Amino acid sequence: MVITDETIEYVGILAKLELSGEEKEQAKKDMTNMLEYVGKLNELDTDGVEAMSHAFPISNVFREDEVTNGDDRENLLKNAPDKKDGCYRVPKTFD
Amino acid sequence: MSKVYETVIGLEVHVELATKTKIFCGCSTEFGGAPNTHTCPVCTGMPGSLPVLNKAVVEKAVAVGLATNCNITRNCKFDRKNYFYPDNPQNYQISQLYYPICRDGYVEIEVEGKKKKVRIHEIHMEEDAGKLVHEERSDSSLVDFNRSGVPLIEIVSEPDMRSAEEVIAYLDKLRLIIQYLGASDCKLNEGSMRADVNLSVREVGSEEFGTRTETKNLNSFKAIARAIENERERQIDLLESGEKVVQETRRWDDNKEYSYPMRSKEDAQDYRYFPDPDLVPVIISEEWIEKIKNSQPELRDEKIIRYKEEYDIPEYDIMIITASKKMADIFEEAISLGAAPKKVSNWLMGETMRLMKETDTEADNLKFSAENLAKLIKLIEDKAINGTVAKEVFEKVFAEDINPEKYVDDNGLRTVNDEGALRETIQKIIDANPKSVEDIRNGKQKAIGFLVGQTMKEMKGKADPSEVNRIIKEILG
Repeated sequence: MVITDETIEYVGILAKLELSGEEKEQAKKDMTNMLEYVGKLNELDTDGVEAMSHAFPISNVFREDEVTNGDDRENLLKNAPDKKDGCYRVPKTFD
Repeated sequence: MSKVYETVIGLEVHVELATKTKIFCGCSTEFGGAPNTHTCPVCTGMPGSLPVLNKAVVEKAVAVGLATNCNITRNCKFDRKNYFYPDNPQNYQISQLYYPICRDGYVEIEVEGKKKKVRIHEIHMEEDAGKLVHEERSDSSLVDFNRSGVPLIEIVSEPDMRSAEEVIAYLDKLRLIIQYLGASDCKLNEGSMRADVNLSVREVGSEEFGTRTETKNLNSFKAIARAIENERERQIDLLESGEKVVQETRRWDDNKEYSYPMRSKEDAQDYRYFPDPDLVPVIISEEWIEKIKNSQPELRDEKIIRYKEEYDIPEYDIMIITASKKMADIFEEAISLGAAPKKVSNWLMGETMRLMKETDTEADNLKFSAENLAKLIKLIEDKAINGTVAKEVFEKVFAEDINPEKYVDDNGLRTVNDEGALRETIQKIIDANPKSVEDIRNGKQKAIGFLVGQTMKEMKGKADPSEVNRIIKEILG
């Protein structure tokens, strides 16, 4: 499967990335390679095999509804490039 | 000209579940904390953090599904919905697309005496987003992730509604079911219940659906009704002038009372859903469903039937009292504390409703306790206060949930039951009003009322008027 220019353009919009012409060519090549790699799976006959969402056959992993986390704001905000009044500060965004 | 159009409406209703913690982490869901004080690596989308599902979310979602006649999906899963927005720290929302927890249900609504089923397509579990505060006169926005990860269910109806009245009846039905289940407080104005309206119009008789739009940001029943009327007119105008309705999401502006398209065309709408590899499937057994079914509280329809059998109060009162879980709770608790059902009902239907109207308070926001209402009723029963004083005290109970016994004592409002003192006052009034006494002797019974009034005034309201009346008659022979 070959990634077309249109696909790269579209994926760029979805990922909110502006790619240069050179980067687009590289991304096209990388993505084509990746798809070819997993494309091997298409050779298998998967009729009647149920799709899995998880690699291990486990289910029902739950937490009880009890508060276990306290206020760790200062630590968490250390990861923020910009902050103000206990909030993460981001470029102005509207709905 | 003059084609007749029909409005076709389906609803997406988001309900915030009343759990103590978020859907995938042990952070508190409590409202009103300082920004980002209820957050952790999971709900702020830190790389390497792992979500673990809150069991109570599954149980509440199943409870709502059972109460709305849905099939419960025995093997359900979570999916990622990908989009970029600063209120969404992971760049995806964990939701359910392929195997939602409930499917194919319905609720019955009644509009103008006509019963109708509104079908529910599905109910799925998902997480809420954070909150953005736009700074004035600045080029930045501030993000608070306290709401990020708060559990939601989204209830998606079939396009079965045809008017704003039906939409409101449907929402009210959902609200009552969910409140009675204790699954959410469902407050539209506080955002714990949110409704998006999918609406299209078509000519009456047409089998095909028209192109629909989705309207968001509707925070009250009034806004929903206005937005429906507005969108219906807008679409009909477009069709009448030969234009097409564009399928889009619109945002309602409640102040200006109009809607506008939310996203520009350049924004591709492609969520690229895929199963979330961080979360394992949820398998819901027959036993688990049975357990949830058995622990379901009494719902409104059942309550109405029981009230009719157990309490001697009018059906109209029953409908009003049960129209809010909060009021029904006060009613039942006051009775369990020994108050007569009829008396409790009278206070709720009378003074409570009057004060609610006066202070623009909704039943769900009533502040007074059943205990203090029961105490007030007891004070009246014991003739410790008269009706006028009781109303005055109730205003305090209604506003501040004061203890009426203490309040009555602190303010010296107890009725004077000392007959000697009462007789003394009455004698004084009689002596001071010879004209009235003469009128009474001449058969003008109305004059007694004047003397009773004067006595009550002298006693500062702290007398039993019927007792005063009796003594006056006795003295005057």
